[in-house]
Amino acid sequence: MIHRVIYKSIFTWALLAAMPLSVVFAKQGSLQIKGSDTMVNLVQAWAEAYMEKYPDLFIAVTGGGSGTGIAALLNGTCDVAMSSRNITPKEMDLAAKKGIAPKEYKVALDGLAVVVHPSNPVSELTLDELAGIFTGHITNWKDAGGLDQRIVVLSREVNSGTHVYFKEHVLRKGNSKSKEEFSADALLLPSSQAIADEITQNPAAIGYYGMGYIGKDHKAVSIAKDAGAEAVDPTEEDVISGRYPISRPLFIYTNGEPNEQTRRFLDFILSDEGQKIVLSMDFVPFQK
Amino acid sequence: MLKIGRFKETLVEGIIKTSGIASIFVVTLIFFFLLKEGVFLFKTVHLHDFLLGRSWYPISDPPEFGILPLIYGTLLVTAGAAVLAVPLGIGAAIYIAEVAPPKLKEILKSGIELLAAIPSVVLGFIGIVTIVPWARQFFHIPTGLTAFSGSVILAFMAMPTIVSIAEDSLHSVPKSYKEGAYALGATRWQTIYRVVIPACSSGMLAAVMLGIGRVVGETMAVMMVTGNSASLARGIFSPARTLTATIAAEMGETVQGSDHYFALFSIGIVLFLITFAINMTADFMIHRKRK
Repeated sequence: MIHRVIYKSIFTWALLAAMPLSVVFAKQGSLQIKGSDTMVNLVQAWAEAYMEKYPDLFIAVTGGGSGTGIAALLNGTCDVAMSSRNITPKEMDLAAKKGIAPKEYKVALDGLAVVVHPSNPVSELTLDELAGIFTGHITNWKDAGGLDQRIVVLSREVNSGTHVYFKEHVLRKGNSKSKEEFSADALLLPSSQAIADEITQNPAAIGYYGMGYIGKDHKAVSIAKDAGAEAVDPTEEDVISGRYPISRPLFIYTNGEPNEQTRRFLDFILSDEGQKIVLSMDFVPFQK
Repeated sequence: MLKIGRFKETLVEGIIKTSGIASIFVVTLIFFFLLKEGVFLFKTVHLHDFLLGRSWYPISDPPEFGILPLIYGTLLVTAGAAVLAVPLGIGAAIYIAEVAPPKLKEILKSGIELLAAIPSVVLGFIGIVTIVPWARQFFHIPTGLTAFSGSVILAFMAMPTIVSIAEDSLHSVPKSYKEGAYALGATRWQTIYRVVIPACSSGMLAAVMLGIGRVVGETMAVMMVTGNSASLARGIFSPARTLTATIAAEMGETVQGSDHYFALFSIGIVLFLITFAINMTADFMIHRKRK
């Protein structure tokens, strides 16, 4: 036991010694961006294109989830947060307490795809059925037009903006007084990739993630607003037109008025060139 | 000359003394830090609701911080791992210490040490692509992301600890015991289970306890394969959420100073107390053996 404790203490001291170093490096024209896993690839693509044009700025992009990004912004461990949901009033309160006034920029749109295994006969669901499945009221595929097998519900962890968005807009249907929750039986997976992996090999699973993740081994279900309405596929056009019911804006938050470097990067994101990258990453450009 | 020698002696003694005290100091600091951050939760949440609450919805409004399903998940995964790892580990230790020819003994020992060197995230990754799909098909269960898959991975991680400590304690049995048994006409197997094992039973128990201690604290591999759903009253072939996975999955999201943040520290305290109790039991058993 004492051995382990000694190793641990050595490690801790090494970390403490490394901390001032990282601060020194961080100061040399660098931008720390953190947050939504949905946006990681997109923001990374922006960063790469930008760094190619202006090599004087180093941009580091890391994921972790929207909540993680906003928490990091408030804790001062990143300069810019990317988020697939709005900042909450609670987070704004905490920001005010810390003397930070986060500034919001809408940078792109994203359609949330609901996906199942390609062998699953279900290819259309209404929002009510979706809510039923994810809250645990519907537990067998035969009640949603499929085979007689138990539904395996896959969700993201609570630090994910996608998790929060899905809960508020699908489970609670935008009603802020609703008390619906994800079923306690829902599997909480740490990343969109983990959801994609489980969908690939499990015929009974259903999950959700950003449109950009739809792969060959997954089937995106078309979604109808209600029983009478036409079911719509998650395509770019239908996200822009608003016909696809589960789509959302993607945001970037800065801690207060952005500095020169950050502002130039934001201008690049919102330029035509930046919005072209949005399209190439399977997201939907933001209509000004 | 003598004086310089003396001085060196004092210096070295001083250095190791400081390191010794430093480690205790760090442990104490960690505990007080956990306690300091964790207690704030109980301003808003009752200890009773925290430990025995049946639902964990930390980001809802109002949030629910019941960790009973998480404790249950940890116990379930740990128990599963113990059932798999203890017989295997003890068996391997007996074989290595008492039966195996010297050459094979060396190979087995280094093999098991190598098992300890595999990073847990690698084991978790291997688990996702092998054990998870296999478990789903073999047991005909809806998903392979279950407590069982976690137990299998953790059993691999506990094995090296159990084997090496159990083997040490088997070695510490005086030769005269065995010689006595053989002199009375006992076979090798009779000697092992009638004389050697009872003589070092407390060491064996300590090996098991330390192996379990390792399992309780493991995080990454478990988070990757158990599915992490916080639900009570389900068996080993259903998903489970452990205390460690909860802290790891959620700590990034919390804003310092929020109830959720304090709740994660409180989980840290619970975890610390569990592993502390296990370590103490193991220690107690080792010391009992020495007496």
